[in-house]
Amino acid sequence: MKGRLLQHRQAAALALRRLLATPLNTVLGALVLGIALALPAGGEMMLANFQRLAKRIAATPQISVFMALDAKPAEVEDIEARLRRHAGTREVHLVKREDTLRRFRESEGLGEVIDSLPRNPFPDAFIVLPRDDAPAALEALREEFLGYPKVEHVQLDSAWVKKLDAFLRLARLAITLLAGVLGLALVAVTFNTIRLQILTQEAEIEVSRLLGATDAFIRRPFLYYGALQGLAGGVVAWIAVLVAFLLLRAPVAELIALYGIDFSLFILPMADSILLFGLAALLGWLGAWFSLSRHLSQ
Amino acid sequence: MIRFEGVGKRYPGGITALAELTFAVESGEMVVLSGHSGAGKSTLLKLIPAIERPSSGSVVVNGQNVSQLKRAAVPYLRRSIGMVFQDQKLLFDRNVFDNVLLPLAIAGAAVRDAGRRVRAALDKVGLLEREKAMPVALSGGEQQRLAIARAVVARPAILIADEPTAHLDEATAADIAAMFHAFNQVGVTVLIATHNESAFAPYMTRRLSLAHGRLAS
Repeated sequence: MKGRLLQHRQAAALALRRLLATPLNTVLGALVLGIALALPAGGEMMLANFQRLAKRIAATPQISVFMALDAKPAEVEDIEARLRRHAGTREVHLVKREDTLRRFRESEGLGEVIDSLPRNPFPDAFIVLPRDDAPAALEALREEFLGYPKVEHVQLDSAWVKKLDAFLRLARLAITLLAGVLGLALVAVTFNTIRLQILTQEAEIEVSRLLGATDAFIRRPFLYYGALQGLAGGVVAWIAVLVAFLLLRAPVAELIALYGIDFSLFILPMADSILLFGLAALLGWLGAWFSLSRHLSQ
Repeated sequence: MIRFEGVGKRYPGGITALAELTFAVESGEMVVLSGHSGAGKSTLLKLIPAIERPSSGSVVVNGQNVSQLKRAAVPYLRRSIGMVFQDQKLLFDRNVFDNVLLPLAIAGAAVRDAGRRVRAALDKVGLLEREKAMPVALSGGEQQRLAIARAVVARPAILIADEPTAHLDEATAADIAAMFHAFNQVGVTVLIATHNESAFAPYMTRRLSLAHGRLAS
């Protein structure tokens, strides 16, 4: 057992020495693998963020009630009272048209556009939290509110959440497919790298076999080499995702703030990072295994 | 220790390297195998660690029928045999010490013990001072001694050598022959293929003579 462990340590150390002996090759190899892995990893980060965002919005289904632009304050007050009295509502917020205008004027880039408008383009609006989340109940409320005087438009916010959900499922599938294809590329790249490695170590392999090395002994350093190179690729991918995250964080926060949602971008969750490193190492190991099996069976 | 029974070896293309070979090398014996080049000496030696398989007959080493050995069992057979190859097969990308260490690394000997055994083997062949040297910096005789150190470091019961004195001057060849004799003196079974029998003459060893793939005497 102890001898086994020692052989593994020696094989890992040998693989590391070989990687360090050709730094340029190692760095280029890691970059190729890293960039290939960064695409699905980055996609996964964006998707995880979208999902959390969607969940937060979907957790509180809202009904937005927009008044007509020519609604008088008294009419707005009347609607507010009716909404508050209604048995199906839990909370009612009035968003005054002046407040909406101020909020948009304060946000960068939009101020000038707003100022150039002849009059306030925003209507008064209510955000209604219903008591019953069921889609049918929400739909009934929508119909009813739409019948109120001077109510121009009623929007169920759960409808676009459903659409978003379908979109996210599609995105998840696309990322999985992308990860599959690029994972295959990673195996192929490692296969080739190890093939070249085997060619340069031909003498050592031959002598080792003559001196009584088992296939496992010959394989081991190459498998570690493949796994370490895959892992290096995983680290490069992780760093690429981190850089993208740092660049995107501020603009995304600004955009989302415009929708009045408190949300900030988060980096790949720990579990996903570990999965990324593990998969990268595993795929490298697999590429090396295929390469060696082909060589050793010859 | 080593027993050949009706062994024949034919290579693809119909070339018969060995035919109807029957002999035995007893434990602790030292045998010199002689013959003209192309007589089949190398082929005979390669059958013992299963580098080649016989076309007919059986080769028995240490009570194990090598000709029927499974592929997975071959490495363990080879570890019990020290081999000095005709072309030495040294690794030129590592120093003398690491070349000798290789068989122990393969067998999985613990590191501290391995270092001690490598130095003991280098001491026996007189290369202890050169452990840090690269093989390319060694003379022909030194390279041969390095190959011998690597063959004996794992303390095999059997030592086989293919033309260990080729390309060496007379004095160096005599040194190498003395070395094999010394290993034999401590109980190692030694089988040497050579066309330089005179170097081994002082040790009165048994001689097997091969001619055209058959035993001549």
